[in-house]
Amino acid sequence: MNDIDLSINIGNLKLKNPILLASGTVGYGNEISEFIDLSKIGAIVTKSISLKPRKGNPPSRITETSSGMLNAIGLANVGLDKFVDEKIPFLEKLDSTIICNIAASSVDEYSQCVEQLNSQSAIKAFEINVSCPNVKDGGLVFGNDVSWVGKITNAVRGKTDKPIIIKLSPNNSKISDFAEVAKKEGADAVSAINTLVGTAFNIWTRKPKIKNITGGLSGPAIKPVALAKVLEISRNVEIPIIGIGGISKWQDAIEFMIAGSSAFQIGTANFINPYISIEILQNLITYCENMSIKNISELTASYNLS
Amino acid sequence: MKIYKSKILANVRLKKNIFLMQVSIEINNCTFIPGQFFNIKVADGNYPFLRRPFSICDYTNGILTFMFDVNGEGTHILSAKKSGQELNLLGPLGNGFNIEGNYENAVFIGGGIGVAPFPYLTRKMGKNKNIISFIGGRSSGDLISYNLDNVIQATDDGSIGFKGNVVECFIDYAKNNLLKNYRIFACGPTPMLKAVRELAEVNNIECQISTESSMACGFGLCQGCAIEKADNNGYLLICKDGPVFNSDEVLL
Repeated sequence: MNDIDLSINIGNLKLKNPILLASGTVGYGNEISEFIDLSKIGAIVTKSISLKPRKGNPPSRITETSSGMLNAIGLANVGLDKFVDEKIPFLEKLDSTIICNIAASSVDEYSQCVEQLNSQSAIKAFEINVSCPNVKDGGLVFGNDVSWVGKITNAVRGKTDKPIIIKLSPNNSKISDFAEVAKKEGADAVSAINTLVGTAFNIWTRKPKIKNITGGLSGPAIKPVALAKVLEISRNVEIPIIGIGGISKWQDAIEFMIAGSSAFQIGTANFINPYISIEILQNLITYCENMSIKNISELTASYNLS
Repeated sequence: MKIYKSKILANVRLKKNIFLMQVSIEINNCTFIPGQFFNIKVADGNYPFLRRPFSICDYTNGILTFMFDVNGEGTHILSAKKSGQELNLLGPLGNGFNIEGNYENAVFIGGGIGVAPFPYLTRKMGKNKNIISFIGGRSSGDLISYNLDNVIQATDDGSIGFKGNVVECFIDYAKNNLLKNYRIFACGPTPMLKAVRELAEVNNIECQISTESSMACGFGLCQGCAIEKADNNGYLLICKDGPVFNSDEVLL
């Protein structure tokens, strides 16, 4: 089974396999490392870091929906300084590839975050969150506006030679336009999709089930939407795609690769089964063996639309 | 913490909508602390999607007991499980009750299904402390005294025991019996915990409260189960920093 090459490239970043753990679903690695050996995973994407600490939204922050969940955590994070002092030393020991996710409220803040973190050798790439639906400033405003995504990409590109991945919002009409501008301004890849805006009500109190009123929908419920967005980008823009949205079993991961992804992220499924990424890895190998696939990258955009 | 695939040994209705489920569990080098919980996947597949948190009701000789109140889809599915079936458990999770200390009397205050963690707390206390278990509910049929010691009952309708809520019942008892040198362990609905918290604050009593919240993972990944810190300076997580807190640590 070792003759199958699972490695993939995103820009000049080489990953041992296409499995990434999604931002906001594995914190800074310490909790999930009690379940799985993170050195076996392609990369882990940290919880969004902002320049200053954010305490996040008041509860209630999450609610279950059919085959999914809504969350409005509000980018709760320790802030850049504490991340460097307290979280990076742990991440360095993991022997996994670390992609640092950045969230900000202004182009300048994105730029400052990347500039200040660029010298951290543990960080191998940046994922730029231009699409958090749950914060009042920035977030969706950026993710919904092609010119802002262009400006942000351009600004962070000027601060680092490390790979830049722009995490795109599905809450717009044409995601491939956003991928196009990210590519034009120098991004190495895009990840798609972030959560879909949704809400839910308690019918007895008539109040929203989450305090923020709306939240981001994730989980298997969004997988078909995510696949369609990945396919749209794949058919229209020459840029590596990291697929994300509701992967909860190995077959989902294969689908994302067929639809155009070079790699994929596992998010919400980690909450329910923290071993899921390793289970998917084992099944990817079996699938490749059964299908006589020598390099897993052969799967990327291997769709047959005829 | 890890995922256990445990065999259900029994699943019986204790009274009304209250069920007791016993599962066999092999724990190697792992200890359970009263107040900790397991996050249970009640069905395979995507519906219901998330695990459901249940506190450890009791544990002895490889048998873990959960107590649950059937009031939603998850607990409805759980109530239909039969002995011999497998249950997918993630745990043990969270910080439990701290029973160490020089206090003489351990006062348990439980509202409704809030008594769930007290049987195991009773077992772990052993004979070292004098336990007094205050339990409350709307009516006599709602009181759950399963595996509790020295039970004092309170009902809203006065159908049995003290007429009033469980916190008022405790205040009345403490006054009449000149209760001293005690620590409160409380679990129940938020209004009850608020009343206990206030009582503890005003009278400078040591008090631990077990809190609850919707949560996805149960071990700190999702950040969904935030509870406000008492100093108004951000949030703690119920799953990881709690679910048991000193009552002066958090706002309810």
